[in-house]
Parts: sequence; C-alpha cells; structure tokens
Amino acid sequence: MILALTNTGDVLFAEVIPMSTATSATCPECEAAVPLKGDVEKGEIVPCPDCGAELEVIEQDPITLRLAPAEEEDWGE
Amino acid sequence: MTARIGVLCGRVRVEEKALFLALRRRGATYDRLDEEQVRLSIGGLAPAFDVVLDRSIHHGRSMYALTILNQAGVPTVNSGRVAQVCGDKILTSVALQAAGLPIPRTTVAFTREAALQAIEAMGYPVVLKPMVGSWGRLLAKINDRDAAEAVLEHKETLGSYQHGIFYIQEFVDKPQRDIRALVIEDRLVGAIYRRADHWITNTARGGDAHPCPPSPAIERLAVGAARAVGGGFLAVDLLEHKEGMLVNEVNYTPEFRGFSEATGIDVADQVVDYLEAVAAN
Amino acid sequence: MKIGVLCSRIRVEEKLLFEAFSRHGVAFSRIDDRELIFELEQPPPHFDVVLERCLHHSRALYSLRILNGWGIKTVNSYDVAMTCGDKINTTTALLSAGVPSPRTLIAFTPESAIEAIERVGYPVVLKPAIGSWGRLLAKISDREAAEALLEHKETLGSYQHAIFYVQEYVEKPGRDIRSFVVGDETICAIYRESAHWVTNTARGARARNCPVTPEIDRISRAAAAAVGGGVLAVDILERDGELLVGEVNYTMEFRNSIEVTGVDIPGRIVEYVLGVAGRAAPTPNRPESILA
Repeated sequence: MILALTNTGDVLFAEVIPMSTATSATCPECEAAVPLKGDVEKGEIVPCPDCGAELEVIEQDPITLRLAPAEEEDWGE
Repeated sequence: MTARIGVLCGRVRVEEKALFLALRRRGATYDRLDEEQVRLSIGGLAPAFDVVLDRSIHHGRSMYALTILNQAGVPTVNSGRVAQVCGDKILTSVALQAAGLPIPRTTVAFTREAALQAIEAMGYPVVLKPMVGSWGRLLAKINDRDAAEAVLEHKETLGSYQHGIFYIQEFVDKPQRDIRALVIEDRLVGAIYRRADHWITNTARGGDAHPCPPSPAIERLAVGAARAVGGGFLAVDLLEHKEGMLVNEVNYTPEFRGFSEATGIDVADQVVDYLEAVAAN
Repeated sequence: MKIGVLCSRIRVEEKLLFEAFSRHGVAFSRIDDRELIFELEQPPPHFDVVLERCLHHSRALYSLRILNGWGIKTVNSYDVAMTCGDKINTTTALLSAGVPSPRTLIAFTPESAIEAIERVGYPVVLKPAIGSWGRLLAKISDREAAEALLEHKETLGSYQHAIFYVQEYVEKPGRDIRSFVVGDETICAIYRESAHWVTNTARGARARNCPVTPEIDRISRAAAAAVGGGVLAVDILERDGELLVGEVNYTMEFRNSIEVTGVDIPGRIVEYVLGVAGRAAPTPNRPESILA
C-alpha cells in the first residue's frame, strides 16, 4: 500500500498495488530488456544485465525503472 | 492482531522484502511510508500507526522522521533518540563510555594541529573516522605523519564542517574479522563474524559472514551497548583485542541478510514480534 | 601608453610592481577582479598591455581569454595561464618539449589510481591538478594511505578532485629551486629549504640565493618556452645531480626573493611588460607569442 500524510498528519489516501507476474522492463540507460521477478517491489534495486547500470523500480504498474541514486554521505545502517 | 504498523523506507533490499513477507505471513496490517513522499507536520496529528519501523538507508531522513513521529506520540523502532546517538560516532562513544563499556582509545580534536598532536600522542597506526558515516565509508588507516597531514588537510579543506571534527581512534589489531551481534531490547538474537582480508570488515565493503557462537562475554557487551544507546533493534559491532573485546559501534537500521544466511535465524520474524510488542504497550 | 594591472587583493608583490611602474614614470589602471564587468558584445577597451596579478586562477583565466580575444596583449597570455594553471597541462607541455620532469600518471577512478600508484611504487605524491601554495599535496607511503586519500578526494571533493595526478616522489636534498624567467632570461633563482618534503615558502620553507648555473639557466628557459613564455617562476627538483622541472607558475610571488638574490624582480617584470606594450598589436583572437 502507498500512503501519503497530509500536512496535519492524517492519512490522505491509500491504494493497493497488485503484484505483477514475472516480466521485464526497459533499461532507461541502454534500452535493454531487464528481467524482473514476479514479486518485485517498488524501491527495489536491479542491475541492467546489458550496460550494468544500477536501476531502481519506481512504479509497479506498469513497471518503471530509473537510474538508482548514487551512495550519499549519510547512507548506511 | 490489529496493530497498524508503518514501515518507513525508500530503497527495498532483501531485508525489507523479508520484513514485508514476515508481516504478511503473520497477517499484520502494515503500510509503507515512502520516505521520498512523506511530509511530516511538526506538532500535527499523529498518523494512524501503533508503531513505525524505520528502514530508511538515509541517516538524516531516519533521524528526523523518527524524532517527529515520537513527538507526535507514535512509538518507533528505533526511537529518534537512538538514531541520534547511533548515527554520530562521538555521541555513541560517549554513551558507551558512560555505561562503563570497553571502547578503543578515542580522542576528538577540532583543528589539524590539535589532531596531529593527538595522533602522535596515540602513536601510529591510528584510524580516522567521519563523525557521521556508515558502510565503512571514509575510514582511514593512518600509518605515518605524511598520511596524517594529508588526510587531515583533505577532510578540513574538502569536507563540510563535520569533517573538520576529527574522531581519532587507536587501531585495533583484530584477527582479520570483527563480530556483529544483533540485539532486540535485552535479548541477544545472535552473532556473526565478518571476515575480510582488508582491515575494513563491513560486508558492504566485501566482508564475509560466518556464524559466531554467542559467548556470555559477547552477550554482556552487546546487550549492554544496546542499552547504553537507548535500546531497540540494534546491531552491535565488537572488536577482539588482545586484552578482551571492545565495542566499536552500534547501528540502528541493521542489515541482516548475511546474518540470516550465516546463522539460519529468521531475523525478520523476530522483528515483527518486537513490533507487535511495542504496538501493544 | 595605456597599461592595466588586473588584480584582487593588493599584496606586497602588487605594491612593489606599482612602485616600479612609478619609478618608470608610467601610469597604469588598476582593474579589480571583484568589481570588473566584461561586456562581451561591446567594443573592447583600449590597453597596450594588461599585467595579470589575480589571486584567483579561474578569474585570471577567463579575464585573459577575454582580453586576448579582444586583441589586447597580456602578461601572461591566456595560453600560458591555461598551461601553467593545470598541472596536467604543464606536465604534458614540458614532456612534449623534452624538458625532464618527474614520472607522472593520470587516472580517473580510485581503482585505476591505485593501479597507477602501485605501478610507480611507494612513496608517491598525489596533487590536485589545479592548486597552488602547496595545498592538498599528499605524500603516500603505503596502500592504506592511498586508499584513504583517493576515497576522500572522490567523496568530499568536486569532480576536479577525482582527476588523480600521481607523481613519483623525488627525494630532494632538503630543498628545491625556484628560478625566475622573464622573457628569455633567467634573472635569478633561490633555494627553498625545508625539513618538510613540501618546500613552498607559503608552507614555511626558507629562501636562500641560488646561483644561476648554465644547467639551471638552460632548464629554466626551456621550461618557460615549453609553456609559452612570459614572466614565469619555474620549480626545479634536484635528484642525484640531475634537474627536473616540477611545475611552472604564471602569477609568480617574489617577495622573499628580492633581498635574497639582490635582483630587482619587480623592476625587471615592469620593464618586460613595457617592452610588450611597445610592440605591434597581435592579430585578434590569437594571443601573441612572446618568443616569436
């Protein structure tokens, strides 16, 4: 489910995203087909098998990929 | 089970997938809070959660989101205060020291000249670490004065003001591994060795995980360190010194993929147990 | 004659140059880089020559490019500033001209830089391609220091800091040599002595007179010519009786060198500038070669 909070902290809306079956999406960098498992989640990182770019799933329906952001200074555990 | 659980995250790793799976298996009601879209009103109405689990890899976002949620009355794993302490090596060292736990010799200085004096007083080799940082980033092993001068100058000149706060630690000659212990409240979940040829043993930098039998000493130090920083679901890193073990640092958004694979322990499931307990209180 | 002096803060060097202009009875206009505005589409202002004395390399560079583009002669020219202001450009120019230089390798990632470093062998020196006054120089004696510094440069620095300039470490005899070349003459030289391996006077090295031997004269003039000529300070390293050129500076500082050498460096610079002013104007968009 995806939530947004209003600026008073209330839940604004929620939508259910259906799980997709095994599929593929297009690499934004080199346009190769990137194979994806059926249970891929929004926010997952997948490598492009062709150009090697690190990609992030930003939408699930339809599956949309973007270049994953590079490691920043405050990332970690 | 009707607790409403929120999971604050952006990037979804193996750990987050395991947590979502565990939550679904247990029939929990959970929602993802997308850290890139969330807007938190300070003093606003509490969002409709009984507990929020933080899984953001951004320390800054975690710390502030947790603090604001706590202020709104939402319990979080971990708390904003724990994030503040664990996210800052100086505050962590102070907390560990205050709790009487053994830590490596550590000195803080604010100028290159003072830092150089501190380094030479400690004796080479030393380790310089950024105050805020994780995954083994920007750790420097300094073996001589030329390296000390160069690294100090680079930090001060190229970095933000935070990099001009020098955290200097004795180099602990560990047996090519360190120990990572996972703790939930007062209980040791388990421990692994992280082995590497390199002196930096983070799995993010290529370290390998192997099971580590939890000794009473490991349990005592790990649980004590977790308590010292405020308690919760924490990863405590221990170093084996010739005179015993030292607490190196505490991580508040633990990764546990390597840990689960090496030990067979279902960490995600235990975290869900913990979330339900927190929500019930 | 209309002379301009492009400057930032007025230091001892600028004051000495102004005094030298006065001694020659020559008026000049100060162009303050903090206040100037170049209107690129307007007809160029008239100057017979502009002497560049900026503290800021980037401001100097763009100013010289614009002035030379307008057909205005400058000391030094834009080409010289470009070559001298970036160590990679300097080293390639020196090597193309056959001027001996320490072994230098360039790489663009920490991984390839480590390989470059280990090819040279420890100790090595890492320098920022653009930088002066001995800033951010690193002497690296082992792999752990290399890893730490490369990561710091790449993570904390701008993209420029991830252009890795790797040089063999030259064991100097507790000093290096800075020679002053004006036009095609090596007017004087100093030793810069320091117990520390960094021998910039800005980092505390002491200056002592260095007699200009035929070898020092030859390599100094060759280095100056290699970068395009003008008013230049050449940094020379001595290794087992051989001389190597480290770098060439195009907005030279000289306050510690006048008394020590007994040479009126500002006076010689001003004479050179006036000589440049007196010659025919260059073709617009092509900076004049001083050594034509």
